[in-house]
Amino acid sequence: MEFLAFLLRRLGWSLLVLLGLSVVIFTIARVVPGDPARMALGPTASADQVASLQESLGLNDPMFQQYATFLHGLARGDLGRSLLTEQSVTADIAKTFPATLELVICTILLAFALGVPLGVAAARWKDRWPDNLVRALAIGSAVMPTFFLALLLQILAGYVLNVLPTTGRLPGGIDFDAGWTGLVLVDSLIAGRGDVFLEAVRHLFLPTIALAAATMGQIARITRASMIDVSRQDYIEAARAFGVPDRLRMFKYMLRPAFVPPLTITGLEFASLIGNAFVVELIFSWPGMASYGIRAIVQKDLNAIMGVVMVSGVFFVVVNLMIDLLVGVVDPRVRIRGSRA
Amino acid sequence: MSVSGQKPLSNAWQNWWRFSRNPTAVVGAIIVITSVTLALLAPYVTPFPEHVGAVVDFANRHQAPSAVHWFGTDNVGRDIFSRAIFGLRVSLLLAVVVLGLAIPVGVVLGLLAGYFGGWVEIVIMRVTDIALAIPPLVMALAVAAVLTPSLTNSMLAIALLWWTWHTRLIYSITRQLRSQEFVEAAETLGASRAHILFREILPNCVSAIAVKTSLDAGFVILIGAALSFLGLGIQPPTPDLGTMVASGASFLPDYWWESVLPGCAILFVAMGFNLLGDGLRDLFDVEDVR
Repeated sequence: MEFLAFLLRRLGWSLLVLLGLSVVIFTIARVVPGDPARMALGPTASADQVASLQESLGLNDPMFQQYATFLHGLARGDLGRSLLTEQSVTADIAKTFPATLELVICTILLAFALGVPLGVAAARWKDRWPDNLVRALAIGSAVMPTFFLALLLQILAGYVLNVLPTTGRLPGGIDFDAGWTGLVLVDSLIAGRGDVFLEAVRHLFLPTIALAAATMGQIARITRASMIDVSRQDYIEAARAFGVPDRLRMFKYMLRPAFVPPLTITGLEFASLIGNAFVVELIFSWPGMASYGIRAIVQKDLNAIMGVVMVSGVFFVVVNLMIDLLVGVVDPRVRIRGSRA
Repeated sequence: MSVSGQKPLSNAWQNWWRFSRNPTAVVGAIIVITSVTLALLAPYVTPFPEHVGAVVDFANRHQAPSAVHWFGTDNVGRDIFSRAIFGLRVSLLLAVVVLGLAIPVGVVLGLLAGYFGGWVEIVIMRVTDIALAIPPLVMALAVAAVLTPSLTNSMLAIALLWWTWHTRLIYSITRQLRSQEFVEAAETLGASRAHILFREILPNCVSAIAVKTSLDAGFVILIGAALSFLGLGIQPPTPDLGTMVASGASFLPDYWWESVLPGCAILFVAMGFNLLGDGLRDLFDVEDVR
């Protein structure tokens, strides 16, 4: 019950965060540029055209009323029309978001699948070569510019070895759009199209590695630190004194409490992961929300930019709520005490 | 006087000795000092300082790295090594300005939230939560799109979000210190709040701030490079490492040096600050600073 209350409180705060985010976005889009109508129409438009667009966009209303209108639209999932595609921004984002989601899910899975074992190995053989290797990897992945890693992977796997596709989500020949979840991996499995699934995996390979590297290094580093922390606890000493086998001690008694810090870090750093997704999607021509956002930015498509920033923020908040839930599952103390450890 | 008749080492010397025994920190410091020196002395140490501007030398375009052109030449024949050194200036300037704006704001807000608690804490920490939910890169992109893309606007956009990390750090330290005896003693003696915040608590945060600043400098440089890679940083012909990687990328894989070597330069600087920060963390024994 305590945990439920904790989650509800977190949900409340999350809504507040989203409200604040909407203020920030509104400020960027409406207050900073001076005249959105002039920006939308370009320098060649006549003063009359600008004035009529100002009127129809409601730009002559008081600022507070404009924000209320914006918020009202937001609550109904209406982000306005994109000046670029002439469609509703919500529809545009709905179309591109699944590709980003697929990339991000694979990235997080890969980062955990590699990062946690590496961290455990480093803690197990502290100050020996596995530890040094993991520490070097962690520093290397932290300072490697994501766009540079993406380019290097493209050169290496695409041009030099010529083994993996370097652009897009599927090869040009395959036109697959089941339209169920929008995630090609899932849809192709449901449709029983093994060939599409394999191609999708091949296309996901490089972007996922490029995006996962930084997160993986962080997870390995934090897992190592928290494993070492836990290993100094009395109950682990006691287990050792009782002769509980090494492996059992590591995986049953240490890994579970040690798992919480990497989870929390992933949530906190999720914003920078989304930011990096912009670069990765651009380099690998990944048809996701970030690619859409970059196009919107180049074309100064204000509604689309606001939409993309807003959805990024919502994504961050949702992921962090899920992580809170996961932390509660992993660490029963949180369920009782009702706060993050 | 100690037993051996020698004066004990001063504090600074002890710290220096411990610092010099830490290979990561020393390597990091050497990289940082080298980069800063090269950037400051760029016009004097680069072989072709005139290649910084919009110079063209088509006879020498796309030259592979050689004794004359260490990093080769780009698509209009400019020396990439010289331009990379000048590019360091932009990266370092970005780090200095962003952190110079973000750290004082972040530290003061963290002190206030941690010491006073109550409504001050709620308001400051909630605003921090909001800022944390916005990816800095995306924010910078949005700001650059609304205003004009330039170095100043990028720096402003990054600084607008960056203070949050310092606020969180100082907030957690201050909360731990608030109930310590020396703070309570100062309160009992009737010290002013400003005195307690800045003379009692702040000095205890200095080592954490130093570590965080060093680590941050690397990350700010990476974000700046990503922005200019996307074409939203400082505008050509001023050399910038991210821009160089982007423009060289269209000549991959044949003229690989045009994007790979400037990319390595970014890696080099970021690595230096990160190693230095890592080493300082060991030195000051502030485990939880990331």
